[in-house]
Amino acid sequence: MAKVKVHIFLKPGVLDVQGKAVEGALNGLGWTGVSEARVGKLIQFDYAGDDVEAEVKKMCDTLLANTVIESYRIEVE
Amino acid sequence: MSAAVIVFPGSNCDRDCKVAVERSTGARVDMVWHQDTTLPEGLDLIVLPGGFSYGDYLRCGAMAAQSPIMQAVKKAADDGVAVVGICNGFQILCEAGMLPGALLRNAGLKYVCKLVSLEVANPNTRFTAGYQDQTEVIMTQGNGDGNFFADAETLARLEGEGQVVFRYVDNPNGSVNSIAGIQNARGNVLGMMPHPDRAFEAELGSADGATLFRSVLDAA
Repeated sequence: MAKVKVHIFLKPGVLDVQGKAVEGALNGLGWTGVSEARVGKLIQFDYAGDDVEAEVKKMCDTLLANTVIESYRIEVE
Repeated sequence: MSAAVIVFPGSNCDRDCKVAVERSTGARVDMVWHQDTTLPEGLDLIVLPGGFSYGDYLRCGAMAAQSPIMQAVKKAADDGVAVVGICNGFQILCEAGMLPGALLRNAGLKYVCKLVSLEVANPNTRFTAGYQDQTEVIMTQGNGDGNFFADAETLARLEGEGQVVFRYVDNPNGSVNSIAGIQNARGNVLGMMPHPDRAFEAELGSADGATLFRSVLDAA
C-alpha cells in the first residue's frame, strides 16, 4: 500500500487572493518579513495498485488539479 | 423545440433555468440527472445550471465535469447542439475542457451578488443575435469564483476570434479583460457567469435574459 501526498498550488503568475489575504494579515500582525505567501492544497490517500507515480499523475491531470491554473507535486512513500 | 437542463448534486438554479427557458421560448424542457448517460433525442439546447455542484469541493465544477452525462453533452456539442453554461455551469464547461480558461476566486475575495451591466461584446453569435442594436444588457450575478482567467496566448485567441461574448461594464470580480462570457471556436457553446435565467421577466429587474434563450432557439 503506497502512501500518496499531492501538493497543489496556483501557478506563479496566477493571482492567489487567499495567499495575498494571509500575507496581509501576517504583515498586519507585525510579521513584516513575510512575503510571497501562497495558499495551496494537500491531498493524501492510500493507493493499492501498480505504477503508483504514473497513476497518480493521471489522477492529477484528470481531476485533482486544473493544469490551466495549478501545478502539482506528487510524493509517494 | 426542445431543451434539457442537467441536474448535478448541488445545482440550485436548475428549476430557474427550466422556467426561464419555458417562459422565454415555449420550448419543452426536460430535466436530466447527472448520472444518466444519454440525453433526450432532438435537443436544440442544453443548459448547465448555476449552483454549487458537489459543494464546490476540490474546485468549482471539477467533479461535475467528470459526471457520466458530460460525455453525452460533449458529443451533443460536437454534433452542433447549443450548450449554455451559467455560473457553476460555466465553471463546469471550463473544467470539462469544452471552453478554454478557468474561473478563479473573485479578486476582492467576496461573494458578489447584484445586478450587473454587460456589454454585448459580440452581437453576431447564435446567443446574442436577438439583441440586435442593444449593446448593453442587464442580468444578475451571484458568485464567489467568477474571476475569469486565461493565459496570454488563449486570451489573444479569444479576443481575436470574437469568442468574447459578454464583458462587464464595471468589472466586479477581477476577470481578465472584464470578460463575463465566452463561446467556443465553433460558436455553439457559451459559458457566462451572469444569470440570464434570473433576468427573464421585467418583474425580476430585467428581461434581457429571455432574449438570449430566444436567440438560441431561433437559430436552431
